[in-house]
Amino acid sequence: MEQTELSRPRNSALALFLTFSRITLSGFGGLTFWTRYVLVERERWLTQREFLDLLVLAQLLPGPNALNLTVMVGYRFGRWTGAAAAVAGFLTCPCLVVIGLGVLYEHYGALPQFQRALTGMSIVAAGLLLSFVIKLATVLPRRLLPWLFGALAFVGVGVLRWPLPWVVAALAPWAVAIAWKEQS
Amino acid sequence: MDRVDLGGCFLHLLILWFVAIGGPATILPDVQRYVVEVRHLVTNKEFAELYTLAQVAPGPNAMYVTLIGWHVAGLPGVAATTLPLLVPASTLTLLVGHLNERYPNAPLGRAIRRGLAPITIGLMFASATILMRAVNHDWRGYLMTLLTVTVVLLKRWNPLWLLAGGALAGIFGLV
Repeated sequence: MEQTELSRPRNSALALFLTFSRITLSGFGGLTFWTRYVLVERERWLTQREFLDLLVLAQLLPGPNALNLTVMVGYRFGRWTGAAAAVAGFLTCPCLVVIGLGVLYEHYGALPQFQRALTGMSIVAAGLLLSFVIKLATVLPRRLLPWLFGALAFVGVGVLRWPLPWVVAALAPWAVAIAWKEQS
Repeated sequence: MDRVDLGGCFLHLLILWFVAIGGPATILPDVQRYVVEVRHLVTNKEFAELYTLAQVAPGPNAMYVTLIGWHVAGLPGVAATTLPLLVPASTLTLLVGHLNERYPNAPLGRAIRRGLAPITIGLMFASATILMRAVNHDWRGYLMTLLTVTVVLLKRWNPLWLLAGGALAGIFGLV
């Protein structure tokens, strides 16, 4: 670890801010894709392997994956200031764009054409989310227990509409304990 | 509109983000339950529209909460909905990122990842069905959702084109 740290150039807070601004502005939806493209292929700050290690952790942690990834990359290259600069770059522009969209929605949200376009897009958005889940579900092992946990989570939150923190608190310890037992 | 309880929103989202393993889609059902059913800040239809609007913007998909915050309470709303997003990232992620550099192969991490993956998928499936129920009023809507799923699973088109197609279908009154 120390060796890689010594050989790694420290990137300035400004460079981190600008690079993550660029990532976030080019990434529609699949931000982790763009993070990899910019950091590994264009800037060559990280190797493929290093990127994968950080991505796995980012997905494991709560919160938006791409944001967790941003924090860890920022921290690796510039410690606390680096993490803060990367996150600022990552969120500032999208925040402004979203506020702009909010203004548009308030002014034109009631127009029939705008309404109908949004309805059509909402239907597609639901389909996109559904297909994303189907793709992910194909990597689950073909055994009863994982699918049972998945079904319980779906029924608790999606059908019975129980609060999510309770459902997760009830299921997660069992799921992790079973996975731990199977592993050893 | 009644005065919005921004402190309540802030706390609720803060708790949600700490259990949002697998990204923003997993907490969508609970955000919807909270802002639509518990607090009545937006209608079900507005929720689906604001979510979609945020998907066509650059940046993290989680920013739909920012858009809802802006819609119901302006800049203070933006702060109350966006800041909770940063808290897990700036505490837990930094801690784990730091530990990771010391202990790269901990077996506990593997057990957590394997155990939680199915729960994450179940929660995201719940999100998809809730969005569908919020916008699809008749069989044409469900047909278009099914069509979208088929296209995404078979082709590698950029999702933005599909969203644009959905917008056109809506304008011409197909759905």
